[in-house]
Amino acid sequence: MGLAELRRDRRAAIAATLAIGIVLAVAPFVIGATAGSTWLRIVDFALLYIMLALGLNIVVGFAGLLDMGYIAFYGVGAYLYALLASPQFGLHWPLWAILPAGAALAGLFGVILGAPTLRLRGDYLAIVTLGFGEIIRIFLNNLNAPVNITNGPQGISGIDPIRIGGVSLAKPIEVLGFTLPSLHAYYYLFLALALAIVFVSIRLENSRIGRAWVAIREDEIAAKACGINTRNVKLLAFAMGATFGGVAGGLFAGFQAFVSPESFSLMESVMVLCMVVLGGMGNIPGVILGGVLLTLLPELFRHGAGPVQQALFGKVVLDPEALRMLLFGLALIAVMLYRPAGLWPSTRRRRELRGNSA
Amino acid sequence: MSAGEVAVARGELLLAAKAVSKHFGGVKALREVSLGIRAGEIYGLIGPNGAGKTTFFNVLTGLYTPSGGEIVFAGRKLVASAPHKAAERGIARTFQNIRLFANMTAAENVMVGRHVRTRAGVLGAVLRDRRTRAEEAAIRRRAEELLHYVGIADRADDLARKLSYGDQRRLEIARALATDPQLLALDEPAAGMNGTETAGLRALVEGIRADGITVLLIEHDVKLVMGLCDRVAVLDYGVLICEDVPAVVQHDPRVIEAYLGGGVA
Amino acid sequence: MAMDTFLQQIINGLVLGSIYALVALGYTMVYGIMGLINFAHGEVVMIGALVALTVINLLAGSGLPGIVIALIGLIAAAPVCMATGFAIERIAYRPLRRAPRLAPLITAIGVSIVLQNLAMLIWGRRYHSFPPILPSTGYEIFGATISGLQIAIVVIAALMMAGLSLLVQRTRLGRAMRATAENPQIAQLMGVDINRIISLTFVIGSALAAVAGLMVSANYSIAHYYMGFILGLKAFTAAVLGGIGNLAGAMLGGILLGLIEALGAGYIGDLTGGFLGSHYQDVFAFFVLILVLVFRPSGLVGEKVAERA
Repeated sequence: MGLAELRRDRRAAIAATLAIGIVLAVAPFVIGATAGSTWLRIVDFALLYIMLALGLNIVVGFAGLLDMGYIAFYGVGAYLYALLASPQFGLHWPLWAILPAGAALAGLFGVILGAPTLRLRGDYLAIVTLGFGEIIRIFLNNLNAPVNITNGPQGISGIDPIRIGGVSLAKPIEVLGFTLPSLHAYYYLFLALALAIVFVSIRLENSRIGRAWVAIREDEIAAKACGINTRNVKLLAFAMGATFGGVAGGLFAGFQAFVSPESFSLMESVMVLCMVVLGGMGNIPGVILGGVLLTLLPELFRHGAGPVQQALFGKVVLDPEALRMLLFGLALIAVMLYRPAGLWPSTRRRRELRGNSA
Repeated sequence: MSAGEVAVARGELLLAAKAVSKHFGGVKALREVSLGIRAGEIYGLIGPNGAGKTTFFNVLTGLYTPSGGEIVFAGRKLVASAPHKAAERGIARTFQNIRLFANMTAAENVMVGRHVRTRAGVLGAVLRDRRTRAEEAAIRRRAEELLHYVGIADRADDLARKLSYGDQRRLEIARALATDPQLLALDEPAAGMNGTETAGLRALVEGIRADGITVLLIEHDVKLVMGLCDRVAVLDYGVLICEDVPAVVQHDPRVIEAYLGGGVA
Repeated sequence: MAMDTFLQQIINGLVLGSIYALVALGYTMVYGIMGLINFAHGEVVMIGALVALTVINLLAGSGLPGIVIALIGLIAAAPVCMATGFAIERIAYRPLRRAPRLAPLITAIGVSIVLQNLAMLIWGRRYHSFPPILPSTGYEIFGATISGLQIAIVVIAALMMAGLSLLVQRTRLGRAMRATAENPQIAQLMGVDINRIISLTFVIGSALAAVAGLMVSANYSIAHYYMGFILGLKAFTAAVLGGIGNLAGAMLGGILLGLIEALGAGYIGDLTGGFLGSHYQDVFAFFVLILVLVFRPSGLVGEKVAERA
């Protein structure tokens, strides 16, 4: 590659980064103005799901450990926020204290889950992690008696909104005569944290630790023979992935001002797993794409299912909720049938598909 | 030289197997095998199919826990069933049925081999401080050197699975060398190779020994073993029947009996 | 706790366990042959239950004997389930046999979502109740009660399992199935039509699911579009508990899980000094599962399957 070419590449990269930056910066205003606050809210959620998907990607995509109970860590982060910043116990901790605590607690749960499952592989690991996720949910559901901790199925409401520097994000923020609506403020906060998680993911991928994860995924015995302490490295994957989930969970609780066990069902774990696999396991841009698509797609179907029927038949024939999930299921099947390695597989896989081995 | 390990002078005992046994249920794959490998030599381990060569290998590299006996490496007992500890102490290996990280590039495969001699953790990876950057650069440099050393530098950026069979064997050796071993254990490295490839492998192994690394070789190709090894041990039905220089081993009646009795290898 | 309560829990556990075992067989057969979790199997049970129930409700006023009505319901449900199972394999799994391992898992999840919502479109969100057509006489055993229906469930489940064992161990088809499970390539070389065997495996598993569906809805007097999910989960847990891929394991795992749940629900309060109540029934089941897998990773009667995954 010539120097001129290199410089051009560099310039193209800078231009692309700038363009993406501008799009991300103005996105909430464009979406808010055209599609309305409902969609901006959905975009905020998409950012949370991207964080989750990237966290699970470390466990499933990099280290190859099939975790089907991942949403439990999201739940741990969310409930920790809810308990430390709500009338439930009369505690009102600030965000900068809760988020790290949530990340750490979730990471600890990751290790607790990981430790007994290290010897398991494949589908056995899947079922044990799934069971673990359900156990957490059931405890959240029932820890309202004899001592009321989680408030049971009713969940915890009245959670403090996220405050940054004493400014609540739940109300419009006045900055220099300019009003930043709440959903926009949350958008920027989530975007910042999602970008931070993307950054950490990329750095980890291209590191000694990241290589060790992939090595374990590819061949555990060979990885051991190379001197990798597979037990510790796997636990690290569980802990790191869980940490991301814990952060996202805390943000979720503050954003919603309400948490209940329902938000942490197995179906949610399955959704996040679908984001990772459908997007392109192990490939960070692919996983982000998966997160965005699987958040937006069901919503598109939700908003489309009723009106389209109205237009076609003059009335709503089929339950829009069922129809939207039906379409979603079909889309899931279709994508996997046509792109088994995901929509945006890692460059390695792509190279392989092109048959370019020179 | 591997970290934390006392260098063993050339000709001194590097590895000693002391009455090592391994049973699988009722099958006695190894029966009190005792042998010694000296620093700086190329040591061959041969025997008919099912003689227990690979089992011995797996005990030696920590993959199996021996049912009896112990292995002393560089003066210290080897922890059983901890392959990563064996690698840490300076025993590297290849596998009979090549085990590469198929979806990683050749260079990345070798870089994984450096894992055990480097330290960067999560924090270093994320912050990418000066020390981590230097370490990462050194890992990359060493990987390139080793790929060059085994003669596949031009395949550095190809996926391991895309490499030819012979190149995969070489890559596996490069990955093993990346762990800075004192003892390199090769499990049938010439299996499936043609004459030219075998000759190349022979030169490679001799070069590795010349660089001060002890080599343990399991081979089916008796001619290669006899020509390459300083000393040879013969296993038959899990029992060590002979351990000596090739000239003596070749004419040992027990060895001839083992091979003729069990079908010529 | 008194002896009669204990016995009652054992009976409840056996009934529940028999149903789990039937469903678990569907998971384990598919896993044994293809090494794949058929995530959608629980939905096949749900479809069986709802189809049977629809037919039974139609005939409830016809004056036919209850047992005959139930049988007709089953005769209607079985082909529907078998066709569903057949279609699932054809559409979602067969094209992906050489794909990355997680791809079929995602299509399975997709199929599960599709079936669930299809059922919601057809049968609505409401709970469908089972009409009181079956005799509800109970028999007393040492202070515990067992109903005719419960006896029927256990006996029929046992018969079906025995039949399946005979099929697998004694027939040509069974031999071909075992050969395919052992090594598909070699089975193919020996003249086994693998595609046909796999299809049949799904069809047989789905027939068992239809029976299980009818049993669940009769036992709990209720069926709804969402019932397959948790039932499938439990049955899969049972299959893993026993050692997935192993028929005897699935049966043992099913019965055991049923007993664990029933006894767990009955005694968990006493065991934890009243701290945990019977809502923790599911925790108990998963907890035991995790313990078993940690100490015996291949399940109770499993062999080398863990290595293959």
